[in-house]
Amino acid sequence: MSEFLQQLVNGVTWGSVYALIALGYTMVYGILRLINFAHGDVYMLGAFFALFAARWLGAARDPNPALALAVLTLAMAGCGAVGFVIERFAYKPVRRSSRLAALITAIGVSLLLENGGILLFGADPKFFPQIVPPRNIALGGGVTISNQQILILVVSLGLMLGLRFIVLYTRVGKAMRAVSHNHTAAALMGISVDRIISFTFVLGSMLAAAAGVLVALQNPKIEPLMGIMPGLKAFVAAVLGGIGNIPGAVLGGLVMGIAEVMVVGYLSPTYRDAIAFVLLIVILLVRPAGILGKATAEKV
Amino acid sequence: MKQIGWLIAVLAVLIVADVAMRRVLSPYQLQVVVLCGINIILAVSLNLINGFTGQFSIGHAGFMALGAYGSAMFSLHIGARWVAKLQALGLPEPIAAALPLLMALLLGGMLAALAGYLVGLPSLRLRGDYLAIVTLGFGEIIRVLILNIDVIGGARGLPGIPGWANVFWVGVGVAAVLALSRNLAHSTHGRALFAIRDDEVAAEALGVDTTSYKVLAFVIGAFFAGVAGGLFAHFLSYLNPNSFTFIKSIEVIAMVVLGGMGSISGSVLAAILLTLLPELLRPVKEYRMVLYSLMLIVLMITRPQGLLGTREISLAWLRRRATPKAA
Repeated sequence: MSEFLQQLVNGVTWGSVYALIALGYTMVYGILRLINFAHGDVYMLGAFFALFAARWLGAARDPNPALALAVLTLAMAGCGAVGFVIERFAYKPVRRSSRLAALITAIGVSLLLENGGILLFGADPKFFPQIVPPRNIALGGGVTISNQQILILVVSLGLMLGLRFIVLYTRVGKAMRAVSHNHTAAALMGISVDRIISFTFVLGSMLAAAAGVLVALQNPKIEPLMGIMPGLKAFVAAVLGGIGNIPGAVLGGLVMGIAEVMVVGYLSPTYRDAIAFVLLIVILLVRPAGILGKATAEKV
Repeated sequence: MKQIGWLIAVLAVLIVADVAMRRVLSPYQLQVVVLCGINIILAVSLNLINGFTGQFSIGHAGFMALGAYGSAMFSLHIGARWVAKLQALGLPEPIAAALPLLMALLLGGMLAALAGYLVGLPSLRLRGDYLAIVTLGFGEIIRVLILNIDVIGGARGLPGIPGWANVFWVGVGVAAVLALSRNLAHSTHGRALFAIRDDEVAAEALGVDTTSYKVLAFVIGAFFAGVAGGLFAHFLSYLNPNSFTFIKSIEVIAMVVLGGMGSISGSVLAAILLTLLPELLRPVKEYRMVLYSLMLIVLMITRPQGLLGTREISLAWLRRRATPKAA
């Protein structure tokens, strides 16, 4: 039982990272119907920006919460800027073309970030400085949780609540929801659709950056291709929950994280990459629009 | 009669091409030519699913992997023995290997087609991006399964596959997939596929059995992906699960979209272009993949409909171009 609880704690932690990345996928999909393949690479950039910020601030020599927060903020700001540039220069020109053209552009951007990363940072893994020294805390019943896991849970929960607040209770959030319903109608109501799309990319990229930093804290080896698999699985998580649906992305991320950790714990680590997709196929066959997605009737 | 004439002509050209290329080209250049051919088969077969039928599959590498491993296992355990016996009778290896290779390729293709049938079935319920993501998941599941099956080498890979494939056999594969696609496009069945792509609801209303046509597209597309995988295995003599990640599927999609969805000649052109491009960029070493990805983005921004759109380059089209209309 205690082993199961331990796996559950690990699964929820890992799942909240997936959820953070999945939110970016789902928001962009909700607004543009675009699978932003480059999103996993923005997550990778988040980890690298944090590495540079930590070196620049000297956060490894003197670990304290203020510096760690500064590192996180800088990484999120950097990735927000990257998200803005990607949307403006790669996706905006193909917005009126077919969705497939946009998808291939996204794949091109993803390859560009990966190979640009190899060129700039080198292909060999870099060690991420321990800006939050690890410490284990016993929860009783043989279950332990590390302070980094707590940090992951607290930061991602905070960011998710923040996102929920923005989307539901602010003017820009209202505009985002309007644009995701209908671009033309939103534009007729005086909403600057371009600006809202940019804002969505910035927001999603910042969440991915936060996920990158949090993961780098726990697994301090970062390399330019580290975003491919988590990106893919976070996208699967978003589909699992019902793509375009924000609570769905969080739920999908958690389901995915828990399932993966359980498979590693009870079956075999080599099946880790397959469980995500088995789960996906099973759930989609039962609920074709994801767990929380609404099946829309086709209008003729 | 006309078809048999064509068949003999194509086979003769391929034999001449095979002999000539082996004389003239370096092993590296020969490999690039063969990879071009394999990528053409992959792109044209995916074009059947994505371009003709409008279904979005990103699991082509999975079908290719099934064909590759299936045919390789046949050749390693059965085909190689047959060839040894035939060679003992005095036949030279290329002739002795012809039948076993053909059987291996068909077997690999059929294995992939079976998987294509299974993947095509969910298209009953799933549409668009949801179907796409299921095909992606399927491809990844195949790869992880291969990684975990020890008999076929697992993560170490599968070495020692007889290297029977050459320019001739790849040419046969290319000719087969081209002939089939072209004839399909001009048949009732092809029109049904186009109708599904253009408007599924309207097609259904007009009496097209959309489900079975969608599954048919998956089965044919997967079959040729399996054949391409078999050729790949018998050319390189070594297989590794890492050759069949979703990156490979994405490469093939890039070819189809870049060529123009639904255009057969476009797929061929883009397959050649996207195979040669990374090779031509080899002199600039570390900038190679960065330039490749930049070119992909720029091409999609400047020609979002693909190089050829939905047009085809054909003999009739070339003749029309050559004789401009009188003003």
